[in-house]
Amino acid sequence: MKQFTSFIRKEFHHIFRDRRTMFILLFMPVAQIIIFGFALTNEVKNSQIAILDNAKDADAASLITQIGNSRYFNIEKTLYTQKEIDEVFKLGKIKMVMVLPQNFGSDLQHFNHAQVQLIADASDPNVASTLTNYASVVITDYQKRITNEKKLPYTINTEVRMLYNPQGKGAYSFVPGVMAMVLMLVCTMMTAITVVREKEMGTMEIMLVSPVRPLKIIIAKAVPYLLLSMINVASILLLSVFVLDVPINGSLVLLIAESILFTLTCLAFGLLISTVTDSQQTAMFISLTGMFLPTVMLSGFMFPIENMPLPLQIISNIVPAKWFYIIVKNVMIKGTGFNIVWKETLILAFMLFALLGLAIKKFKIRLA
Amino acid sequence: MSNGTAISVDKLTKRFGDFTAVDNISFNVTKGEIFGFLGANGAGKTTAMRMLCGLSKPTSGTASVAGFDVYSQTEKIKKSIGYMSQKFSLYEDLTVKENIRFYAGIYGKPDGFIKEKTEKLLNELRLQSEAGKLVRSLPLGWKQKLAFSVAIFHEPQIVFLDEPTGGVDPVTRREFWNMIYKAAASGITVFVTTHYMDEAEYCNRVSIMVDGKIEALDSPTQLKKTFEANSMGDVFLKLARKAVRAAD
Repeated sequence: MKQFTSFIRKEFHHIFRDRRTMFILLFMPVAQIIIFGFALTNEVKNSQIAILDNAKDADAASLITQIGNSRYFNIEKTLYTQKEIDEVFKLGKIKMVMVLPQNFGSDLQHFNHAQVQLIADASDPNVASTLTNYASVVITDYQKRITNEKKLPYTINTEVRMLYNPQGKGAYSFVPGVMAMVLMLVCTMMTAITVVREKEMGTMEIMLVSPVRPLKIIIAKAVPYLLLSMINVASILLLSVFVLDVPINGSLVLLIAESILFTLTCLAFGLLISTVTDSQQTAMFISLTGMFLPTVMLSGFMFPIENMPLPLQIISNIVPAKWFYIIVKNVMIKGTGFNIVWKETLILAFMLFALLGLAIKKFKIRLA
Repeated sequence: MSNGTAISVDKLTKRFGDFTAVDNISFNVTKGEIFGFLGANGAGKTTAMRMLCGLSKPTSGTASVAGFDVYSQTEKIKKSIGYMSQKFSLYEDLTVKENIRFYAGIYGKPDGFIKEKTEKLLNELRLQSEAGKLVRSLPLGWKQKLAFSVAIFHEPQIVFLDEPTGGVDPVTRREFWNMIYKAAASGITVFVTTHYMDEAEYCNRVSIMVDGKIEALDSPTQLKKTFEANSMGDVFLKLARKAVRAAD
């Protein structure tokens, strides 16, 4: 026990003395949540649009008012000629132009059929499609309002309910993603680097000559990072609940237990990396390419796995973050219990033991 | 084995595949002796030392360190030895005191012992005012002395020094050897590998390894006589010329 506490105290000294480590450990999760929360969002609010109203009748005016009143659009400019459309797009501020044809009102009144043209700046295709979608929704709303007054023969009204995330917020999907990413980075990369650093400095040798058992060395290395990871989990959850308004619908205990499981898996991977490399740089490189990139690309948090080619879909199964992401999304957002995520939990647990077993075996081989 | 023997090695061999790193070596080291373990790079010094420290299992032969068997009692061996390598083995980002405390801690020494002995050690090394400073800020020679003190802090029976004076100026080396003498006088057996032939002269007895075998083993005076050489350097050159193995 004495050996163990000496070890852990030393490990904390290392962490607290290294500003770079502290920065990565404590500041990064906060920065990521804030960046993802406020900067990298695919939601569109208060987009600047322009209107080219060729009709200038009552119906056109009321549609324009409705568009202007929605929180998605700010009508920045009113255009008078077709030529101006190109000019405003080139200036870049205006992302969409709505064009109402000359006889908009009369078409609507007499033929029950009118057209609206939406022109969007598709140099950013995501924004363009989001904007046109929003505008279509607003126009459909308007249409419903006016048709309510007259009876139409056949209409199917689709009523959409966005379950678990009624406002369609991006935060709901990236909070679990950022959690996976941060834990992966802290645990895998940091552990790999700190073990390899001891090898580089030659202190590992001293440790191996000492009566401390190798397994104890491994555990002592992992404990401080496990504790720090829990601080990260706490700060991410606090930020998401109080700053981003993402609720924790499921059991907090389950969520934390799953985070610990995932953290341990990452730690085991970090240890495994440290047993196969001898330089900090290599360790960092392997952690980044072997863990961080797959986490971002193949966990389903940035790009939907369903849309990937089959080989990538298969590969994604061996990325621990994918399973953790599914678990967190279920527990945190959908509020499901263990009965739903037990399969994913089992997969993670299996990965943990496989990685840990391999790491310990490699560590022992090095000794022989 | 007799009471006066610290290390006894008999026909110790280590093979890695076809390569015989340590080939059938035998020797004894008496308690309190300063035993020099010489050899060119790749001669098998490190492999032999690793086996004696319980880090690597021999292929054949027998050896006991501090009375414990290198096959079955490595845990006990580890408790009875100290070790210092050519890399300093101190943590640069820890203070002098924290380093001492950590290494004493992993040998399971009680807090009272650590506290008392740390004071004494800092006094001896005249490092009291540096106790709270990071090891990084100490001059090389001091780091080295501190590393040695830390290696024998838990009062081992035997201390293994793997090229402990690499890259240090002659004055500091001299001081360092004074510390080794002092440790030996207090009963600690010193097993030291070195590149510096002048250092070999300081040892009680010296063994010279060539291609995995011990080619010579005697006191420096006797070795010079046998090989008709003026210095240990000449003795070493005469022997090392026979080597066929390339240095690694």
